[in-house]
Amino acid sequence: MVSVSTAEAALELVKPGDTVMVGGFGLVGAPLTLIAALLEAPGARDLTVVSNNLGEPGRGLGRLLPTRRVRKAIGSYFTSNREVVNAHLAGEIEVELLPQGTLAESIRAGGAGIGAFYVRTSAGTLLGEGKEERVIDGERHVLQYGLKANVALIRAQKADRLGNLAYARTAQNFNPDMATAAKIVIAEVDEIVEVGEIAPERVDTPHLFVDCLVLSQKGINP
Amino acid sequence: MSSVSTVIAQRVARHIHDGEIVNLGIGIPTLVADHLPDGVDVVLQTENGMLGVGPTPAEADIDPNLVNAGKLPVSELAGASYFSSSASFAMIRGGHVDVAILGALQLDEQGRIANWSIPGKPILGVGGAMDLLVGARRVIVATTHTAKDGAPKIVSSCDYPLSADRSVDLIVTEHATFAVRDGGLVLIDLAEGSTLEWVQENTGARYTVALKQQTEVAR
Repeated sequence: MVSVSTAEAALELVKPGDTVMVGGFGLVGAPLTLIAALLEAPGARDLTVVSNNLGEPGRGLGRLLPTRRVRKAIGSYFTSNREVVNAHLAGEIEVELLPQGTLAESIRAGGAGIGAFYVRTSAGTLLGEGKEERVIDGERHVLQYGLKANVALIRAQKADRLGNLAYARTAQNFNPDMATAAKIVIAEVDEIVEVGEIAPERVDTPHLFVDCLVLSQKGINP
Repeated sequence: MSSVSTVIAQRVARHIHDGEIVNLGIGIPTLVADHLPDGVDVVLQTENGMLGVGPTPAEADIDPNLVNAGKLPVSELAGASYFSSSASFAMIRGGHVDVAILGALQLDEQGRIANWSIPGKPILGVGGAMDLLVGARRVIVATTHTAKDGAPKIVSSCDYPLSADRSVDLIVTEHATFAVRDGGLVLIDLAEGSTLEWVQENTGARYTVALKQQTEVAR
């Protein structure tokens, strides 16, 4: 059964050294209330963060960087956040860059009990160097391991009291994949409705994936 | 955007067919949707999870949860759908997107593209470019013919790291259009006002010439 919690209480579930997945494409679909609480969470140290971007400078996940809580970032596009570039150059953060589709599929695989898969993307490029290869249908493929996390922080528009989730438009992005790939899934939502108020065919993420709901705080500094 | 960008977008738009599913990269490619000939309607896919992307909305209609891959506000057309990132890249890698239109830093004489990383700078961003290159059925490059410093962008061999081992299908600049055939470049069109001499002086790769002037007239 899903619990409803404050962001502060929910983020106590994050432990030092954890891998934390964070949804969002830039700031769209990013759980900004949970990210703000992550900044203050006692266990949030030495983290590996899996997220397409690390927010923007001083916004979203970008706020985490100056706190030196992130040991490693796994994602596809950090270039737009100059602070990530600087932190990487200063040796303060390790970066693992994956093509965006490979990132998404590795999260999907991690959540679906698939250990690894072969993919054409990045074969023959710098990003594919050092990865195991196999030729399938005459084309080079590289081996990519699935990704799993201790905690996923995701953003949906609406939840019911069981934890069924519905997303808003392009705020969906990585959130449904990440909901499947972590031991503890904390979903930030705009509203929590009674069971049955989200029609079964409108449920994007079934409740069995979700552990904890947190109401989004309006007007939070992103 | 500059008039050069508009010219490139117009020249790319002639190569798009009615009914195609098209993914537009950031920059000049985003302009292509505004220059499609009459009678050519396409469906835009954006890798952050939407099929059926509509034009930039009026200020009052902007929804912060509705953006394209450039994180710019867009609108929703009838028949649109939303999906997860993994489903979006299943479409892209799985060969379900007809055309990807991408920008480029450099192209080599086999038509291979470098568009994600600059040597000497930390490699910190790739986004969906590599996925589109391996998965889209056709890849069209929309690029200025030369870099800002005047150096050719089409070169014998790229200094910048390649984005894929696959060649693109078409390279469209403000001066010329090259098709990639049998692993080499073929100059198939000169822009109005451009000359074979200019293209030769400003292209660093070998190519053959097979102009089809009569059929390439702008509509």
